Amino acid sequence: MIYGGGVDVGSTQTKAVIVDESREIVGRSLIATGANVTRAAETAFRNACESIGLTRDAVGYVVGTGYGRYKVTFGNTQVTEISCHGRGAVQMFPATRTVVDMGGQDTKAIRVSPVGEILDFCMNDKCAAGTGRFLGAASAALSIPLDQLGPTALTGERPVKISTTCTVFAESEILSWLGKGSRIEDILLGVHQSIATRSVGLLRRVGIEEQVTFTGGVARNVAMIATLEAKLGLRVNVSEDAHFMGALGAALFALDHIRAGRAPAKAKAGAA
Amino acid sequence: MRTTVGIDIGSTYTKAVVAAENGEILGRALLPTGFQLAEAGERAAREALAVAGIAASDVAFTVATGFGRHQAHWADLKVTDLTAAARGASALFPRTRTILDVGGQTMKASRIDDRVHVKSFRLNDKCAAGTGAFLEKTARYMGYATEEIGPLVVTSKTPTTISGVCAVFAESEVINHLSQGVSPADIMHGAIVSLVGRSIQLLKRVQMEPEFTLIGGILRFETMVRVIREQLATDVNVPAGDLVQFVPAFGAAMLGHRRLRVRDTAAPVSAAEGMR
Repeated sequence: MIYGGGVDVGSTQTKAVIVDESREIVGRSLIATGANVTRAAETAFRNACESIGLTRDAVGYVVGTGYGRYKVTFGNTQVTEISCHGRGAVQMFPATRTVVDMGGQDTKAIRVSPVGEILDFCMNDKCAAGTGRFLGAASAALSIPLDQLGPTALTGERPVKISTTCTVFAESEILSWLGKGSRIEDILLGVHQSIATRSVGLLRRVGIEEQVTFTGGVARNVAMIATLEAKLGLRVNVSEDAHFMGALGAALFALDHIRAGRAPAKAKAGAA
Repeated sequence: MRTTVGIDIGSTYTKAVVAAENGEILGRALLPTGFQLAEAGERAAREALAVAGIAASDVAFTVATGFGRHQAHWADLKVTDLTAAARGASALFPRTRTILDVGGQTMKASRIDDRVHVKSFRLNDKCAAGTGAFLEKTARYMGYATEEIGPLVVTSKTPTTISGVCAVFAESEVINHLSQGVSPADIMHGAIVSLVGRSIQLLKRVQMEPEFTLIGGILRFETMVRVIREQLATDVNVPAGDLVQFVPAFGAAMLGHRRLRVRDTAAPVSAAEGMR
């Protein structure tokens, strides 16, 4: 049995995935990145191996991706997260032509070919508006845990209009809506709509072609899915493993390397 | 003696100044704006009048400015912050031609002529990285309060490079620097250099010319003033102490006196017209 490993070191969370020959995810792990990026990568990979009782050496090739990919010191190569998200999304939903990835510190719009090659992409990585951090700010301002934001927002009926772009200023705007007596549900629905609007703007720049697949940690948020679909006027694909899509793509690239006989020297020596 | 009140209802703080006709400041007050803008304005005016020992009924004219001025329904006149700042800056430094105002949530650059008319202005109120909020956030990531920024940063000799692209993303940058052993003072210094870089860009866009007058709460930090002076390679006017935060409120009060003088000279004319 051959295994490929992918480690996606994100700004907020580090994800590791092990795939087998059938390209299925057989092992996974997700941990907070924290300050020590190298250690986060190692821990996530070890956890993923242990989750299926594999030793690290059983994984023939490891690809690092994400903003901290060069800190995956045990990885054999690095691939950009754009390529990995495209690859992962097409693996999960083969009809995918557009990917929207929402992470902790950036949002990406990616257009892919039927075989998962990147045709175009656009990133919001210079400004926290429209990224997961915007939700983090709302969570802090309203004292609502991140995983409750979506379910709470869905019960909103009259969304407020968040007029500020900057995440820092949005915090004060959220408080001022509270001061004016708006319901938390309506404020949160407004926050989600504001992020959805920015993401659709990003998607338009690469061109929106069906099907659209939504990946990244924020794709686990039900209100984000609902508001994005409403703004797009389309259904979007969301996998249960949406937050592992970058790591999955990386693991698939690792599998390619093994199949092409480009397994690292160390592994070859061990086999010989 | 005629007195006027100028009230500057800002995004973070509300400032009020009670001024005599000769420009003497008789009383002033500063308090957090909060969400009740009109109330904040009224309270600040009341406090400033109490300091001055003047009854509200003895105030000849009230001028409101700042982002919350539209809520100040009791004011006799409402003017933009730029107009008020221009009046205040040239009352303090008559040769002022360029004004830089760095507040908690906005940064404004304006150029005025010798008649105190605003000829050009640029502002940033969309992105926290170009405002005082950037310094406050950076300080908070390191566990320092806003008041501690000044004392902290004077201990730094070499600023660390801080990209200053986004006040939110600065958090990871700060954490990285701290983990590499960079001192909080050097990080804070770097944040100030980055903010000054943004100020200079804004000043260039209004085609700055001397003299420069710096105002706004963020200019209380001496390091901020020093770095601006270095980057502009020229001297700058800075109102003494806390006055730096009260310049638009003071300008608004002085505009009140100006209005009263216009009314004084116009009065006989209208009386004469009334007799026809």
